[in-house]
Amino acid sequence: MLSRSSARSAQRLFRAAALPAQRLNVARGFASVQDSVQSDIFKPTKYGGKYTVTLIPGDGIGAEVAESVKTIFKADNVPITWEQIEVSGLSDGSPTGRTEETFQQAVASLRRNKLGLKGILHTPVSRSGHQSFNVALRQELDIYASISLVKNIPGLKTRHDNIDLCIIRENTEGEYSGLEHQSVPGVVESLKIITRAKSERIAKFAFQFALVNGRKKVTCIHKANIMKLADGLFRGTFNRLAKDYPQLECNDMIVDNASMQCVSRPQQFDVMVMPNLYGGILSNIAAALVGGPGVVPGCNMGRDIAVFEPGCRHVGLDIKGKDQANPTALLLSGAMLLRHLGLDDHANRISNAVYSVIADGSIRTPDMGGNATNNQFTRAILDAMEKSL
Amino acid sequence: MFALRSMAAPAQRQCFRAAPRAAVSFSMRNQRLYSTQEKVAKFDGQKDAQGNYTVSLIEGDGIGPEIAVAVKDIFAAAKTPITWEPINVDPILKDGKTAIPDAAIDSIKKNKIALKGPLATPIGKGHVSLNLTLRRTFNLFANLRPCRSVAGYKTPYDDVDTVLIRENTEGEYSGIEHMVVDGVVQSIKLITRAASERVLRFAFQHARAIGRKKVRVVHKATIMKMSDGLFLQVAQQIAKEFPDIEFDAELLDNTCLKMTTDPIPYNDKVLVMPNLYGDILSDMCAGLIGGLGLTPSGNIGDECSIFEAVHGSAPDIAGKGLANPTALLLSSMMMLRHMSLNEYADRIEKAAFATLAEGKALTGDLGGKASTKDFTNAIIEKL
Repeated sequence: MLSRSSARSAQRLFRAAALPAQRLNVARGFASVQDSVQSDIFKPTKYGGKYTVTLIPGDGIGAEVAESVKTIFKADNVPITWEQIEVSGLSDGSPTGRTEETFQQAVASLRRNKLGLKGILHTPVSRSGHQSFNVALRQELDIYASISLVKNIPGLKTRHDNIDLCIIRENTEGEYSGLEHQSVPGVVESLKIITRAKSERIAKFAFQFALVNGRKKVTCIHKANIMKLADGLFRGTFNRLAKDYPQLECNDMIVDNASMQCVSRPQQFDVMVMPNLYGGILSNIAAALVGGPGVVPGCNMGRDIAVFEPGCRHVGLDIKGKDQANPTALLLSGAMLLRHLGLDDHANRISNAVYSVIADGSIRTPDMGGNATNNQFTRAILDAMEKSL
Repeated sequence: MFALRSMAAPAQRQCFRAAPRAAVSFSMRNQRLYSTQEKVAKFDGQKDAQGNYTVSLIEGDGIGPEIAVAVKDIFAAAKTPITWEPINVDPILKDGKTAIPDAAIDSIKKNKIALKGPLATPIGKGHVSLNLTLRRTFNLFANLRPCRSVAGYKTPYDDVDTVLIRENTEGEYSGIEHMVVDGVVQSIKLITRAASERVLRFAFQHARAIGRKKVRVVHKATIMKMSDGLFLQVAQQIAKEFPDIEFDAELLDNTCLKMTTDPIPYNDKVLVMPNLYGDILSDMCAGLIGGLGLTPSGNIGDECSIFEAVHGSAPDIAGKGLANPTALLLSSMMMLRHMSLNEYADRIEKAAFATLAEGKALTGDLGGKASTKDFTNAIIEKL
């Protein structure tokens, strides 16, 4: 739950932001999770003038895009030391494959550093396979709020324009509880858990997030007409807390309607808050509206730990090692991390360079309709940063 | 639910296996005992003395009666061999539970087929939605939701032609929930082999019936390893019975992403999935082509099937003659095909799509100015 001091600082920031309009626009920039959502006392400390950040490249395209991020951050002299941990969810028996030790290492490192940048880990489909490391990590560290920022990138033409929405997803319970059993052969029950405490926590987070980022509207997504108790509790909690935020416009919408509205009129949404599974569905639908998983940044926040990862979680095993990956999502997630640390100059320089290369249009990775490699795209960003100096 | 079905349909199949299919009324059988050769949910209605099939008609609330008239007029103009039997499904309380009047149940049981307009669900605690009640009463296990772009109505997506089948009786909508302690709720997603098998077999058979060569299961078995895992496993087994149909599986996240990016690759597939995913994705597909006012829906069961318009009852424009009957009309086309009256369906559908494409007589929701009557007459002229 958010501490009282974080609520205070959020309100202070909101008041400050309400005065000069430009300040507000800066806060509405693409990767803009203000650190003030978190309480200052939990802020990571510098050692030797540098922050230590856990870097988990992840499976699939992870290694390639993490390399881009490292190169670009180094070029900008960002005061960050990476603590790289090679966790993998691939159970192929190779030495780089999945082990419990590396996972525990990652957890310990994140606990220590309180900050992480992470790619996506593979999860096998097989019934005997292990639980998802992605989910386990979120549950272990209690990083309960997942944020995906979905916004049209200037120059990247898609079917829809003027989209600027943010999906806040409960990360630690709901359908992903992992509680399942077979009552008799052929009859399986899977439990979805919704608790008032966690619903309250995520709803408050969403309201605070909306306030500090100058957003106007929060929509609660649910299926309370069918799951009257579970989603009813989520929706009821949201509506009860909404009364404490008269500055914000609050409404709720049923998930099937929301996905329909998302593909027909996505401009109506601002901040959306929802239980776990619906978040997975809607973040994918929304990502597709603005150009796919390669361009949507995100992060997972807990009380004192923040892990930044692409907002639309795809491993990209199919294009692994082909140098076709789009590092934009991880780069912008990295920029969010920099803003979280208050390193706005670095964040702006890096994200502006990324936007200018995409807007220019001549060097784009295949998912954005170009034919450049990840390496060429990264080099173009480096050139753009150099030019802006 | 299932227990009820089993009792109503004693497992007599073995004895009648050799009997020709036309020898009706034995097709009411326990779902566990299907074999590949048998068609799931085959229509068994009987023609009356005039050679017409009788169809139960639930006009529904709000704009329901108006759009029902439109469909009736068009059917009459096309000389479709159908007699309508209007029924009333205003809910009654039976032993404290929402139920449908017996007369309505008897009518649908007798005719084995119904067409239904929008129903307004009474708001208030303890009311199960009528749609759900109908589904449970008749054990309508599969929800069939095709979405096809309408030429006259421009959306960001062109040439969409998806077919989606949703398991309709269990999954996340099992209705089994409880509060463990104050503030902690468990909601149970139920997946059974029997229900999965039934809907999957229907999906493969439907793919064959509409000439699609691929069936794709949408699941989230990475996270829900046992429940969605079971659904997936059953699908893999059933796929072996249909060597002519290509089978694959896709993670829910990927489907959402790819369909929204570009729905065209889904035009040659039939998608089948558990309840919640189907609910969300079918409405999402409707969003691709312009909303629920343009999409038909069929609820398929063993004994009877109900075809319906899934949009709301639009009380604000009710009675003004402005409603768009397209969804109900397209649903009735699905109904005709289910009854193997394909030639009538093709004719009416051609006329309807031509009218929409022409764009002269569109209703207000599609950006036109025509009344329901104008639209209906334009279709009838094309017939």
